This record gives sequence, structure tokens and C-alpha cells, in this order.
Amino acid sequence: MIELKDVSKIYNEGRPNEVRAVTDVTLSIPAGRVTVFKGPSGSGKTTLLTLVGCLARPTEGRILLDGELISSLPERFMTEVRRRTFGFVFQRFNLIRGLSVLENVMIPAYPLGPDYRELKSRAMDLLARLKLDHKAKMKTEYLSGGESQRVAIARALINDPEWIIADEPTANLDSKLALQFLDEVRQLKETGKSIIITSHDDRIVNADVVDMVVEMEDGRIIGIEERNAS
Amino acid sequence: MRHWLARQRYLVDFTLAALLRRKGRNLMLLFIYTLVIFILASVIFFGSALRHEAKAVLKGAPEVTVQNLVMGRHAMAPPEWVEKLKKVRGARRIEGRLWGYFYDKANGANYTVMVPSRYDRKNALKDGETIIGAGLARVRDVRRIGHLFLLSPKGKLMKLKVKRILPETSELVSADLVLMSRGDFLRFFDLPENGGYTDIAMQVRNRNEVAKIVEKISKMLPTARVITREDVLRTYENVFSWREGVVLAMLSAALVAFAIFAFDKASGLSAEERREIGILKAVGWETSDILAMKLWEGGLVSLFAFIFGVAAAYAHVFLFDAGVLAPVLKGWSVLYPQFSLTPQVDRLQLATLAFVTVIPFTAATLVPIWKAAITDPDVVMR
Repeated sequence: MIELKDVSKIYNEGRPNEVRAVTDVTLSIPAGRVTVFKGPSGSGKTTLLTLVGCLARPTEGRILLDGELISSLPERFMTEVRRRTFGFVFQRFNLIRGLSVLENVMIPAYPLGPDYRELKSRAMDLLARLKLDHKAKMKTEYLSGGESQRVAIARALINDPEWIIADEPTANLDSKLALQFLDEVRQLKETGKSIIITSHDDRIVNADVVDMVVEMEDGRIIGIEERNAS
Repeated sequence: MRHWLARQRYLVDFTLAALLRRKGRNLMLLFIYTLVIFILASVIFFGSALRHEAKAVLKGAPEVTVQNLVMGRHAMAPPEWVEKLKKVRGARRIEGRLWGYFYDKANGANYTVMVPSRYDRKNALKDGETIIGAGLARVRDVRRIGHLFLLSPKGKLMKLKVKRILPETSELVSADLVLMSRGDFLRFFDLPENGGYTDIAMQVRNRNEVAKIVEKISKMLPTARVITREDVLRTYENVFSWREGVVLAMLSAALVAFAIFAFDKASGLSAEERREIGILKAVGWETSDILAMKLWEGGLVSLFAFIFGVAAAYAHVFLFDAGVLAPVLKGWSVLYPQFSLTPQVDRLQLATLAFVTVIPFTAATLVPIWKAAITDPDVVMR
């Protein structure tokens, strides 16, 4: 479980361009379920996602992972938590151009120094699961939007994280691909993964796979809807 | 350890892929970097080999040379000095030498005309014979004609049969040399039979006593200038060092231009690179991983530039006779010596070259990367 207690995030604090992106958020996100942060652009949902995923530190408040305080860990330990615990699917996929699909998938594991054959086999299994193994050697710039997203999902899964974090995953996809993404989310949930998604796409928000919807506006939580309560 | 090695392998793989992805920029950087190393290494190799050459050639030169000075200018040494110097303990092979310079109007070059030592049986000459340097043989086409014709300072034509041409290996100091018999020398310069010697040469039994012998000679012959072999060698070294300095000063503008270019190319992070760093951090790379990756990048570029530059300089100097630098660095008359230098590498200078090029370049690449790598990775989310 991830717990946020009185979390605020202020960018450019004390400067004329200061922005209060998240204000006094207290929230518990259960493991093994699909949680959606919903809200219009500028509501603070992506900032909240970066805080949950240890990509940034809160200006105020605390974030706990399974009861352990992670928001004030030194940089090195925070990176370690991020690497072992979270897998990210970014809105623009953020694949590295010029590298092959396989290399992009393997990148998060490089600093751990695993055996190459073992790593490659794990990456190829993931690509096969996402029906992309035939494009393993292709450079990522030649992939379609849907394919790029599946590569991003494979990359997010390479270190076998418990939590998958996806930022606006269907923003650049058509309806068919959005449904395909939901299928993948469903499969991940079945394998026991915890998933947090930011979206203002009703196809995502209303999907039956979603267990909890957190509605945000102006950096604050304005509503929490629990579904599929177990 | 296995994990550490595997991690380094992944970082090198990623670095090579990154270099290839930006190959236009990196090839240009590698080319300019290599060119700078090539020029600097060429100057270093050439200077070092010339010094070595001079040292080798001067090995057989007299240990002490005594000259007579009149009003501070070099004059003929009286014949009785030879007898006086024979009394100096520790000195041996004391011999008056005859040599001088001759300006050849035909080709505007200065020759060194000399009588060979009586101890030098290999170069012993009879009247009408000569042994000449390879440089002079070239300009006078002596190999074809077989004779050397010289017009003396008084206008008398002298025909000398060329007995031998000196080997090119000694050309650094013998390019313009004309050896002739004592009789021919006196006739050529119109000198009297007992007019003395240009200087007096000697060897020393114990090298450690050279300074002591110089001191004795200075006391015995107060008007004499005493020159040791070390002095001559030092003069050569100073000449080559000075020339090296001139070349490097001329190249300094190019070096500064390279420094600016390298710093700009190495340190200027493109938006694409910043984005990549953000992605790598977001997916779990530590700041130290990114720095290590960039260290590999700077190190590989530097290493390749250094190896290519040094190898090209070695080939340029020792295989192609330093076509670019030779006119500046070797020879001091119209007759430029032509000879292949013995490969001679000054390791200390090479290490210094590596230190002043590889380390600043690598450091220049690291600073901006470090700045980018310590920022929060959430920039890729926006």
C-alpha cells in the first residue's frame, strides 16, 4: 500500500513563477488494484503520480510504501526504491530513439548488471507476451503509437516491479488501441500487479477493471470513488 | 565483481550506441581531436628523435675542443698550443683541426670544409680526393659526375675526386660537409703551412674529469674558449627545443580553437540528451550510472583520438620523414638533411600529452552531465 499524508508539491518555490501543483493530499492506494487519478489538465494528477512514483519529492508531507517512509530517502536509496518497486509508462512513451525495441526494454535493468542471456530472454518473453517479439530488432522510431506503448509497457515490467504507473496512457491512441491497453491492464492486474493511471479519458475512467477513481481539481482531491471493493 | 563487470559492459554498449546515434557530431569531434593530437605528437616525436639523433652522432665527437679568441672572436690557434695541451694530465688524442666555412655562390649554400682527423683512418684522404655529405652530393649531382668542383675564395678552381659520400644516417650534422686533405685545405683557403689550427680537439681518459681538465686548460690558456661535447649537445637541444616552441606557438591558435570547439561539443547538452538522461533516471538509473556512462563516452572518444593521432604522428615522422614539419624543425642551412629518423618515443612527453588532452576533455563532458543528472527525473513527465 502507498500512503500519502498531507502531501504538497510546490514548483519554483519563492520565485515569481511559483506553482502550487498539489496541496494537502492525504490518500491511501491499495496494492493489487487499479487506481485512476482523474481530472482536467492542470489538476495536479501527473504531479501526484510523480510523487507516488518517487520521481520527485514532496515539498511538504510524507509518502509511505508498505509503512516505510520513502519520501525523504537519500537520492541513491530513492532510485533503488524506484527501480525495484515501480515501472513507468509515460504519456509520450519516452523510448530512446536510435536504439532497438529490445535494447529499450532492457535499459532499466542495465545498472543491476544481470546476466545478458537471462536479461535478453526475460525481455523477449515480455515482448512475446505483448506480441512484439518479431519487432525486437527494429528501431523504436519506426513503431506505431500502439506498438510504442507496448514497448513502454514491456520496459516498465523488465525489473518485475510491484507497481505500474501510467501517465495518460491513451492520450495518443485511437479507440481500438485504448481498448487493447485496457486488456493489458487487466492481464497485469491478474498477475497481481498494482496499477496507477492518470487519465481524463472516460474509456479508462469507466472501465470495469478500475477499482478506485481519485478525482482531482486545482491540486486537491475532490472525490474518491471506490469500486470492485474486495 | 561479476555484476560490476556486467554493469560496465552494459554501460559501454549503451555508450557506443549513443555515440553511433550521434555519429555526425561525434565523427567531426573525433576528427578534429585526432588532428590536434597528431600535430602535437608529431612535434614531440620529431623533436625527441632529433635530439636522440644528435646525441648518437656526437658520440664520436671530441670530448673537449679548444679555440683561440682574439678580441672575443674566433681566431686560428697557434701550433704551440698543441704541445702545451699534451702536458695536461688525463687528456689524450690531442690534435689540431682544420675546418672552415665556404659559401658556394653556385647554389647559395654554406659548406663546412674540414680536414679529417688523423685518427679517423676510414676517412683518410690523399691530395685531390674528397669525401662529402649526402646533402651536398644531392645538390651538386656528384653521384653522376664523380667529381666535386669548387671555386676557392681567391677564385682558383679545385677539382676533387669524390672518394665516398657520407651515410645519410649522419646527415643531421654532415649534410653540408666537405672533407679534404690538409694540403688541399691550405691551398683552398690560401693558408700558410704553419699558420695554426682552427681549433684543437682532445679526448679525456676519465669522463668524470672533464670539468677539471677544462679548468686546467682555462688557466693554462687564458685567451682560449673551451667547449665540451656536452656544450655542443646542449646547443643542439636548445635549437630543437626553441624550434619546437616556435611550432607550438604557431599552433597555439589552432589549439585554442580546438579547446573551444571540444568544450562546446562535449559540454553542450542537446534537448535530446537531456531528455534521455531524464528517461534513464526515471527508469531507475542512478546519477552515478549516468556519470559512468558519460565517463565511458568521453574516455572512448579521447582514447580513440589519442591512439589514432599518435599512430598517425608516428607514421608521419618515422615512415614518411615528417613531410609537414621537416622544413621547420631540421637543418639550418640551404642543404636540408634528408634522412629517416630512428623511431624514438619520449614516454614522459607522451604521457604529458595524454594528460593535457584526455583529462580536460573528459572533465568537460562530465560537468554538464552531472548538472543534468542531479535534477529530478520528473522533467520527463512534463
